[in-house]
Amino acid sequence: MAGTVKLTIDGHEVNAPAGMLVIDAAKLAGIEIPAFCYYEGLSLQAACRMCLVEVEKMPKLMTSCTLPVAEGLVVRTETPQVVAARKYMLEFLLTNHPLDCPVCDKGGECELQDMVFRYGAGESRYAETKVHTPEKQFSPVVFYDAPRCILCYRCVRVCNEGMGVNALGVIQRGVASEIAPNDGDHLECDECGECIDICPVGALTSGIYRYQTRPWEMTHVGTICAHCSDGCKTTLGTRNDRILRGNNRDRSGINGEFLCIKGRYGFDFYDHPERLQSPLMRVNGKLEEVSWSQALAAVAAKFKETIGAGTFGVIGSNHTTNEENYYLQKFARGVLGTNNVDHRRTGDVVTLLDALSGKPDKLATVEDLYERKAFLVLGADLALEHPLLSYQIRANWRHHQAHVYVVTPNEAREDRYAAATVRGRDYESLREKLQAEPELVILFDDFYQGGELGKLVEFGESLGIPVRYVCLVDYANSRGAIDMGLVPELLPGYQPSAQAGLHVDEMIAAELNVLWVIGANPLEHAERKAGFLVVQDLFLTETARQADVVLPAACAYEKNGTVTSGTGEVQRLARAINTMGAKTDLEIVGFLAREMGAAVGPWTPDAVFEEIRENVRGYDVAIEALATGGAAQTTPVDGRIAVAGEAGPVRSARNGLFASGTLGRYSKVLNSVLESRLSR
Amino acid sequence: MLYNEPSPLETKVLTRRFGMERSAAIETYLATDGYRAFQKAAGMTPDEVINEVKASNLRGRGGAGFPTGMKWSFVPRTSPKPKYIVVNGDEGEPGTCKDRLLIESDPHQLIEGVLIAGLAVDAHKGWIYIRGEYRYLIDIMDRAIAEAYAGGWLGKNIQGTGFDFDLYTHTGAGSYECGEESALLESLEGKRGVPRIRPPFPAVAGAFQSPTVLNNVETFCAAPSIILNGGAAFAALGIPKAGGTKMTCLSGHINKPGVYELRLGFPVKQMIEEVGGGIRNGKKLKAFIPGGSSCPVLTAAECEGATMDYDSMAQRKTMLGSGGVIVMDEDTCMVKACMRLMKFYAHESCGWCIPCREGTTWLNKIMTRVHAGGGTEADIGLLGDIAKNMLGRTFCPLGDAAAMPMISFVEKFRQEFEDHLHGRPCPFEHSGVGVTA
Repeated sequence: MAGTVKLTIDGHEVNAPAGMLVIDAAKLAGIEIPAFCYYEGLSLQAACRMCLVEVEKMPKLMTSCTLPVAEGLVVRTETPQVVAARKYMLEFLLTNHPLDCPVCDKGGECELQDMVFRYGAGESRYAETKVHTPEKQFSPVVFYDAPRCILCYRCVRVCNEGMGVNALGVIQRGVASEIAPNDGDHLECDECGECIDICPVGALTSGIYRYQTRPWEMTHVGTICAHCSDGCKTTLGTRNDRILRGNNRDRSGINGEFLCIKGRYGFDFYDHPERLQSPLMRVNGKLEEVSWSQALAAVAAKFKETIGAGTFGVIGSNHTTNEENYYLQKFARGVLGTNNVDHRRTGDVVTLLDALSGKPDKLATVEDLYERKAFLVLGADLALEHPLLSYQIRANWRHHQAHVYVVTPNEAREDRYAAATVRGRDYESLREKLQAEPELVILFDDFYQGGELGKLVEFGESLGIPVRYVCLVDYANSRGAIDMGLVPELLPGYQPSAQAGLHVDEMIAAELNVLWVIGANPLEHAERKAGFLVVQDLFLTETARQADVVLPAACAYEKNGTVTSGTGEVQRLARAINTMGAKTDLEIVGFLAREMGAAVGPWTPDAVFEEIRENVRGYDVAIEALATGGAAQTTPVDGRIAVAGEAGPVRSARNGLFASGTLGRYSKVLNSVLESRLSR
Repeated sequence: MLYNEPSPLETKVLTRRFGMERSAAIETYLATDGYRAFQKAAGMTPDEVINEVKASNLRGRGGAGFPTGMKWSFVPRTSPKPKYIVVNGDEGEPGTCKDRLLIESDPHQLIEGVLIAGLAVDAHKGWIYIRGEYRYLIDIMDRAIAEAYAGGWLGKNIQGTGFDFDLYTHTGAGSYECGEESALLESLEGKRGVPRIRPPFPAVAGAFQSPTVLNNVETFCAAPSIILNGGAAFAALGIPKAGGTKMTCLSGHINKPGVYELRLGFPVKQMIEEVGGGIRNGKKLKAFIPGGSSCPVLTAAECEGATMDYDSMAQRKTMLGSGGVIVMDEDTCMVKACMRLMKFYAHESCGWCIPCREGTTWLNKIMTRVHAGGGTEADIGLLGDIAKNMLGRTFCPLGDAAAMPMISFVEKFRQEFEDHLHGRPCPFEHSGVGVTA
């Protein structure tokens, strides 16, 4: 397959890698050959017959999606014969199509509409009755309208090949053929909605988005999913400060077009009826609505009187931005004078970096997962807890035959294509097999912390092959929170902190004068011990209910800033909507600083990020990549990290596909699908 | 059992045991040179076997007429993968009913043919894929396979030759499309019966992605005679470019419908008049389908001088096909006949690709309307146009199989289409004859 071949496409000389398909080679010359069924990365179908081209010395038109390039091949993609063939193919397609574009969700962004427009195939000679079947609902998320379906089988393939779920198939034959769940009358799957997004027409529509808007009435904002740590870009379609849909059809971001149910539909917590939209203050034992100025003044006064006189505890979040976390710890350490700063840690990044000190190129990126040759998955059912990482490895296996080794206590989706599976924790038994691999990426969950993680790194480093690691963490900015020094023993950028401080568990058990909780729910199963409790959150959580002051916070979709994925890519959040009454955590902390007359610095995300780039090791990233909506790899920390005493507790919530900590509780869609009930 | 009296004009090679007492039993087979060809082939090299088949000029009997020896030679014998033999017994082409007789009357001949192919390509496992509607043949075939195992003609170290072969039957589920070789393989593997992208062809990546010889029942059944009597002798039965005999299924408006084994190159006129006993009720010939419904129809005039072989039919822009001859007399409504064919293809299109899925249905609907008198002049043009837009653009030959007869019916019998337009009743309905739908 090595080398390139020279061929001619529409008179352009094209040098294409051997083995490339003509449909892709044409793109090198800027020529788009239309296709419905051809889809990069998925298996070939040659079913839609739209990509027919004329090839010199071939008697018939050829499908360019199955024709590999060859030296001297002469291809013509828009001859009268080809154009006529496509036009008539569209005429065939429209014979049984309902042409209900005015009420179809896909209207305006439909590939069939575009194609008919392009080839002027608006007139039909079809005068017979159309085949019609009623619309079907496969799940709360997935609806299927067979008459609109052009049977390109993209949905079947993305579900089977891309997701490894194989929930969709084809039933009946001939003109009665339609897409159907493989397993009875409904879907039991990941409910990821890949099938809906990949549908070129309006056959598969989403229960969340359908009949909400016309596509052209929306504003599209690319931002990062608020849920897990995989860092998927989700493009939110918004209208009038409402999010109507999420997808990533432009394939920007580290996830390409991949999104799971959370990224695609799980944005809906933002307008949950219980969303807080006004500050609350405890008056006569009851939380009552107050104005922002009243609430801020009360908190500032309490903070002021406690400084120097009492004890503080500050618990940050896995969800807030790098800027918010950085600014918060700066405020806590500089203004409040406390080192009791922590958040709930979900993966032992600190020990990993410590164990890898002095060794460059040891942290795997999302790209590595698609490109490296072998993988060792430890502990987690990746497909449920880290769907993007699982998707990348699966694609790697499909496209490059990567070897995947699975060592998990329970069954995992990776088992199905694993080179070897071990039930339990005994990765040692795979030593010989792993040593035979040219390289390896090890992904591990929170079981591997402290000593266990030390042993694992020792094992990895003893294999004698290049090994990279991924420490799996739970939430959108779990990694960033550690990087920003939201832990008592480390300052931003893993600089040792001179002063001792309390961990989360110690803070909630201690009788502090003031406990300040930002975007976390540490008192979910605990009674408040602190004298004064301030909580910033979206909802009245178990912790917020015990607070003296509750400040309504903005969610990730309502703010700008950056977050860092579990694999270390820093990416930009873009504000998609505003929710009345809520403020970003950065603003809240900034306002408190102003109220107290403390000089913490400007609290705009850009200004704080500039400070982060200067002060936080690894974050001196190219601003251009971020500014254009891309991901910038944070440079892996390369130097011994001194950790004073025992590292804090590390606990993963092991959220599956249908849970997402507190946010998941308030997402209608995550709670509506059958699978979320089955998985509980 | 015999369904029709044999004709003295037949050349009985594949059918020579037809009509014998217990013709399907292994004793009968062994008593009539059975499995001697296998023993002879076992003493030959694979290349010698293939060369003998090449010398016989045997061409695939399923319809496409690809030279069999060449097909076998495409199998990479040195491939580390196992090689397989698959018998296409999914006889679904309208007008064709020969494979069922070969299995019913002489199943061991098929087994021996498969064994010879196995020797030729170093295959040790095979499947006989039998169409779902022929379920009763499974019993006959399974009984024959059991007899062969019991007699040491299948299994390990067959008759001390050191050659192993296991043979299984597999039933289709009632889909015409599964007669297309790649769809058959999908079905055999337990998947939905839709065709595969080719290349790779089955010889390189067939059943379970392994090199596979896939031929029609009749093709395999010819192998024992070819090996036993030599390829040249088989070739001499036919004409220079196509050797041997062809099982010909005569149906339609003739006096003696049935399956007859005729030399390739047999004159069409003689076949109708002498083998088939002439047109029923002394009527005149109107139309003639030479090899199953997928072949363009010929007019009576076009049958003049035609012979039943690949070249003669190709000269007349049709095909020898599967040997399913359909004879239509002067009382036949060609519109209705065409409508019936289109109904078949619309029903059988697997739905995989757009032009076939939508085109066959569209043609069927227009034909139904036109036959009922609801057509206009524009419809006649449209029928041809739809068919031409399908032709050569579908994923597999099923689309062509619908388009080609459609085009030929409109071109050759346009007047009959015009006679049905504008609410006029079918001119043939009152005569009480015609193809029943």
